[in-house]
Amino acid sequence: MTKTEEIIHGILAGDRRSIARAITIIENNATDAQKIVAQIYPHAGRAHVIGLTGPGGAGKSTLAEKIIREYRRKGKTVGVVAVDPTSPFTGGAFLGDRIRMQELSTDEGVFIRSMASRNYPGGLAKATKDAVKVLDAAGKDVVLVETVGAGQSEVEIVKVAQTVVVIHAPGLGDEIQAIKAGLMEIADVFVVNKADRESANKTVMDIQAILQMGGKESGWKPPVVKTVALTGEGVPELVEKLEEHKCFLEKDPECRIRVLRAKAEAELIEAIKEKAVGLIVEDLKIEGKLDEFLQKVLRKEMDPASAAEELLKEKGLE
Amino acid sequence: MQSTRKIRVLIAKPGLDSHDRGAKVVARALRDAGMEVIYTGLRQTPEQIAETALQEDVDVIGLSILSGAHKTLFPRIMELLKQKGLTDAMVFAGGIIPEEDIPELKKLGVKEIFGPGTTTESIIQYVFDHVPKRT
Repeated sequence: MTKTEEIIHGILAGDRRSIARAITIIENNATDAQKIVAQIYPHAGRAHVIGLTGPGGAGKSTLAEKIIREYRRKGKTVGVVAVDPTSPFTGGAFLGDRIRMQELSTDEGVFIRSMASRNYPGGLAKATKDAVKVLDAAGKDVVLVETVGAGQSEVEIVKVAQTVVVIHAPGLGDEIQAIKAGLMEIADVFVVNKADRESANKTVMDIQAILQMGGKESGWKPPVVKTVALTGEGVPELVEKLEEHKCFLEKDPECRIRVLRAKAEAELIEAIKEKAVGLIVEDLKIEGKLDEFLQKVLRKEMDPASAAEELLKEKGLE
Repeated sequence: MQSTRKIRVLIAKPGLDSHDRGAKVVARALRDAGMEVIYTGLRQTPEQIAETALQEDVDVIGLSILSGAHKTLFPRIMELLKQKGLTDAMVFAGGIIPEEDIPELKKLGVKEIFGPGTTTESIIQYVFDHVPKRT
């Protein structure tokens, strides 16, 4: 096999080194890149490609990390292409998006690639589109594309992503600035991050007001989700919206039902857990059993985990 | 038009250093010299460093360490790089590394050690001179 054939074979098998080498080739060598892309193209198209854009400082990378964790919790694999700007003067780039996602480096279900824009306009790199195809063909369920993050002119992401998420945060300037043409028109989902800040609600209302005046495509009304990326608050709701948009794109009514069912199931289980624990602990307190075993734990006759196991056994739960 | 190949460098801080001023100075200098520099922040484990080098397909790895734990961490990092098939990347190090430890580290495969006082120009030149040529 030639080197290129080896790489293609590796991509389709999900081999990380092959994925990495392929992306480098795509960035640097047009001829070989075309060979690779042509071969993997038929295998791409399964992944949900999600673009994360918005002004710098809104929290894209921090939010990306939480989004990845949520998808991982759901058992999905994730590829990430994080783009940072190339200096127009030196041609160099400082690629620091990875810092916020570094804990995920050793998760086998996550592949993160930093990419310099190399002065390509619109917030992405020329190679981004094909790098996404590689991650898709390698079997990633979700591919996140994080744009450079300079602002209004970053609409290139529409050509690469199926779902575009525009992330804003209060306090980055006059709220009206945030809602100029460009970003407003390309968003499928709006996020107001740092929602623990006071002016967050105003930002949400401003965005909703503008949205009243007309949408991107018929049938999909872009929701506005509040998140606090640092704590992860709001992220499960955000990912739900992303899944819903995927269903909308697939025009699959069954899909939407599946998403709602999964959500309802998760909520029901949470509610059961809360009630069940409450009931069991109450019972044990009344019966005096909780106190009995608490003494054992204090006297170091038992560790808490074993005590819990015994107590539940007595209740007939093993 | 000539190949747009850029040198990709990973600047990594293994161990428990509490600041990264030096690493950032080197990272910025290499960036200003036209390289694409991936910087991954403080408190990196050898596993994180090796896996990052693999995913980012870097040509060069610069390890910055101040804590004195280089004799424990570097062998592990070099071992993992080998395991992952990343033996073609050029590895250099910097920070607080005593002279007497240098021969041992070079035997592990660390090409050069840049101690305090090194100019960024000399590091830049070294990388240009020693970056492995890719086919």
